[in-house]
Amino acid sequence: MPSLTMREALGQAMAEEMDRDNKVFLMGEEVGLYNGAYKVSKGLLDRFGPKRVWDAPISEGGFAGLGIGAAMVGLRPVVEFMTWNFGIQAFDQIFNHAAKMLYMSGGQFNIPIVFRGPNGAAHMLGAQHSHAYEPMLTNVPGVKVVSVATPYDAKGLLKSAIRDNNPVLFLESEMMYGFKGEVPEGEYVIPLGVGDIKREGSHVTLIAWNKILHKSLEAAEVLAKEGIEVEVLDPRTLLPLDEDLIFASVRKTHRLVIVEETWSFGSVGAQIADRVQKECFDELDAPISRVTNEFVPMPYNENQEHHVVPQVDRIVQAIREVLYI
Amino acid sequence: MAEIIEMPKLSDTMEEGGIASWLKKEGEFIEEGEAFVEIETDKATMEYNSPAEGYLLKILVPAGKTSPLNQPIAVLGEKGEKVDIAALTQKSGKPTSVPEAPSKAKAESAPEPKAKAPEPRAAASSPSPTERMRASPLAKKMAADKQLSLDQIEGSGPQGRVVQRDIENALREGEGQKPAPVEAKAPAAAPQKGDQDLPLSMMRKTIAKRLQSAKSEAPHFYLTRSVNMTRFNDWRTRLNLEAEERKLPKVSVNDLLVLAAARALVKHPEVNSSWQGDSIRRFAAVHVAIAVAIPDGLITPVISNANQLGARDIAAQSRELIEKAKKGQLKPEEYQGGTFSISNLGMMGIEHFTAIINPPQAAILAVGATIPTPWVGAEGVVLVQPRMTMTLSCDHRVVDGAVGASFLQTLAAYLEDPLLILS
Amino acid sequence: MANLQVFDQGQKMSAKKKLPYDKALLVSMHKQMCLFRRFEERVGLAYTKQKFSGFCHLHIGQEGLAVGVQGALRESDYMISGYRSHTQAIGKGISPSAVMAELFGKVDGCCRGKGGSMHMFSKEKRFLGGHGIVGGQCPIAAGVGFKIRYSNENDVCVCYLGDAASNQGQFFEAMNMAATWDLPVLFIIENNKYGMGTDIRRTTSVDHLWKRAQAFDMTHSDIDGMNVLAVYEHVSGIVEQMRRDKKPHLLEALTYRYRGHSVSDPGTYRSKEEVEDYQKNRDPIIQLERYLLEQKMASEEELKAWDKEAKEKCKEAEEFADASPNPPVEELWEHVLVD
Repeated sequence: MPSLTMREALGQAMAEEMDRDNKVFLMGEEVGLYNGAYKVSKGLLDRFGPKRVWDAPISEGGFAGLGIGAAMVGLRPVVEFMTWNFGIQAFDQIFNHAAKMLYMSGGQFNIPIVFRGPNGAAHMLGAQHSHAYEPMLTNVPGVKVVSVATPYDAKGLLKSAIRDNNPVLFLESEMMYGFKGEVPEGEYVIPLGVGDIKREGSHVTLIAWNKILHKSLEAAEVLAKEGIEVEVLDPRTLLPLDEDLIFASVRKTHRLVIVEETWSFGSVGAQIADRVQKECFDELDAPISRVTNEFVPMPYNENQEHHVVPQVDRIVQAIREVLYI
Repeated sequence: MAEIIEMPKLSDTMEEGGIASWLKKEGEFIEEGEAFVEIETDKATMEYNSPAEGYLLKILVPAGKTSPLNQPIAVLGEKGEKVDIAALTQKSGKPTSVPEAPSKAKAESAPEPKAKAPEPRAAASSPSPTERMRASPLAKKMAADKQLSLDQIEGSGPQGRVVQRDIENALREGEGQKPAPVEAKAPAAAPQKGDQDLPLSMMRKTIAKRLQSAKSEAPHFYLTRSVNMTRFNDWRTRLNLEAEERKLPKVSVNDLLVLAAARALVKHPEVNSSWQGDSIRRFAAVHVAIAVAIPDGLITPVISNANQLGARDIAAQSRELIEKAKKGQLKPEEYQGGTFSISNLGMMGIEHFTAIINPPQAAILAVGATIPTPWVGAEGVVLVQPRMTMTLSCDHRVVDGAVGASFLQTLAAYLEDPLLILS
Repeated sequence: MANLQVFDQGQKMSAKKKLPYDKALLVSMHKQMCLFRRFEERVGLAYTKQKFSGFCHLHIGQEGLAVGVQGALRESDYMISGYRSHTQAIGKGISPSAVMAELFGKVDGCCRGKGGSMHMFSKEKRFLGGHGIVGGQCPIAAGVGFKIRYSNENDVCVCYLGDAASNQGQFFEAMNMAATWDLPVLFIIENNKYGMGTDIRRTTSVDHLWKRAQAFDMTHSDIDGMNVLAVYEHVSGIVEQMRRDKKPHLLEALTYRYRGHSVSDPGTYRSKEEVEDYQKNRDPIIQLERYLLEQKMASEEELKAWDKEAKEKCKEAEEFADASPNPPVEELWEHVLVD
């Protein structure tokens, strides 16, 4: 199986979908001539021409709204934000317009659109470029939210997102665009709303997504040497959440640790913890434990930044706690 | 509308109840508040008054059988009403959901009859709380499945929380203890010809459980001394002479012991206390429990506020309580809440014995027979005195040696010279 | 500021082209304006009778613009608007009954009672919504223009916004994209002089709002929005041009609302005289009626009959809305996502 980088997998997904359906177009800052700020859209302008690949002005609210309007009348836009940190300029369009259009029109106008871009901290980008938005994004009905951790998932899920008839908010990661993984040749899609067990285990369930998933896998590896089998679960779609998979895993392991690269207050992890305590109360052998960012804006200093974001040792410690060791 | 009657909780420590007898037959009408079943708790057999009125449609637990708390024992309803027991029992356990209000349009066109939301069963449906028992939900579920008692298991989690591995260990140990049949030479438990294995009554189970935990949890120590009962006997004789004249109940040795001990406890509140795990509770009132032997066990009815009562009040109360106890008719409030116990085997010729503390109390007094005994008096002269030996068992977590001794000293002084009680 | 004249004085109702108008067209315009006015009057009354609640922004006084623009469009053109759009929705083809039922939150409303006063939609009639976030509709309109260009069609998209929305960043972003990429969007600023209770001159750096277009090299114009014929004629010209070159245009229409910002607004920020001046001297319906009488295209009796006809239609719409049931409660779960 060929090994692809995350950026290549995402680029392939868009190219294949643009090939398949000429209503699909890409718009975003630097996506065309520059080949993408992170080279995700490399080669698309050459291949599909300026009618399908649009370099947008620095007007996130504007081009997000343009995408929504185009989607209302039959097109299937893919809108790239250079980072979701800029995407919040478009929150009015995403949440007041895209998410609510179907509802307030009484079912008349669905919005088939994908908003995608990197999310969360990279490295030493400071407070305004390091924010992970999934707690906010998942708090509104009318959208789907996907967060990817491997090239295989990225390609299969982006293709499904583009084919979905609803607004899909697609979270990537700057640090992971060069991350390599096996991607099969040929057509495949991964349905939205279906999580994945990235590592099987029987002693504790560890839920993580996006790039922090890889630190979670490292933590599982550390503990495996002590004979502790950690089950690592990647929800992949955060909204709607694959609750069945989560409940089944917790019913098997009786212990749950949730790792998030964002703040803990009112987050996806908090939501998962709530659902699990409600649905799996009698299965739990320990309080659910969560590993999250410290509740501060992201500092610039490298060492401080390291301490804000969950690291392997913190994840290992949380797992030990729920195992009472 | 048929209604499930569940096994009631009629004592603080009751975990299951036995049906001693049904006072009503299926098909008979029961008034609300009318006694319709006798329930054997761990402490007593009690009549249970119906929480509702209706015809006794179905007896679900026959006499002689037991049932856990809050499990259905009978169904009441309209005369001849057909009942779906399965549906009813299922409903009784589950919280009920509020019916959804119909949409306004629907409501306008065809108002639906208001569904009567069954009232949630209050306290009755909550599982009997294990006292401050910390256990993970999973451990609780496993223990329930395997019929293990959580309070027998030491928790290894934070603050003693019982977790999955503790249950697993307990199960393993339990299995390990079972002697493997092949290597067993002559298992002690194997019945021999003529042996009888008697089923445990509720009371026997409770006695076994409570005393075992008291003996293993409370570090016991014992203080023994004897007292000259000459003046005490005079006191009792005078009281009973008067009683005869005035046709009052007689006063027993035990009644006067209760009186003296109660007054001594007022002077030594450290003994009138209880170990609470993370604190020691010093009781404000003095309630003296007296051990009463009854068929198949013993029970300790309580003389409440004994320090405030006179000898005749105590006599009247204890006589009534003992009678009730022997008939199994004590009410929970009559055998609960004691702060100190007295166990007297003197009337059976026992000279000296030690008793097991009655939790959550911190001490119990074991009283022997009063026997004419040669005694070296103050002047070095040997006298024969009626002497009684008593032994105080103390929970060392609460009562230290000197504290217990000091209490016994006061009590001895009261017994040897009852006038001092007024001091 | 002092010399700002939002309206040019004394403009007389006349046809610039000096061509005789088709009588049928003028009559239909009159009927439509009467319908709009009577409809909004009835809505205001229903609100005070507590037949519905929430916000309710009436368009009374601004009918000339709505009818004039509508006359210049064809059915396949798109329209998107702000929160004062009951009658624009009717103009675009949604029945008065469906709009009234929507106002009442009923199941026969054009959005099954889920939209309400600020959110009228019809996919079939290509009315892409009333929108409640001031200026939020502008980038969406650009997207509709984008689709027209993408699919090489020659429809246009009319995007209504209020004077105060022209200070919203999204409006500028939309104008920039529409101008840069030649997206056939006709942005119409309905300048009724007040953004809620604030005189637009107090919050705006330019004396004419059409000047906003100059920043984007976009063609622009202004028009007396109280003059239905002028609007009709002017917008027809713009739309014709737009179908050919697909370039956007910014039109500032000078108009006036007789009622408060919403039903609950007493309008203390403006003088009674100002309102009366518009009602007596510039009213779009009265102006057209005078013209019809002058041109002998209608008699007083006919005018009255047409007005009565409009009232009848509105009464029927209200009766329809009254009779329509509430949507079933279960429907609240629908229309969140599609398959």
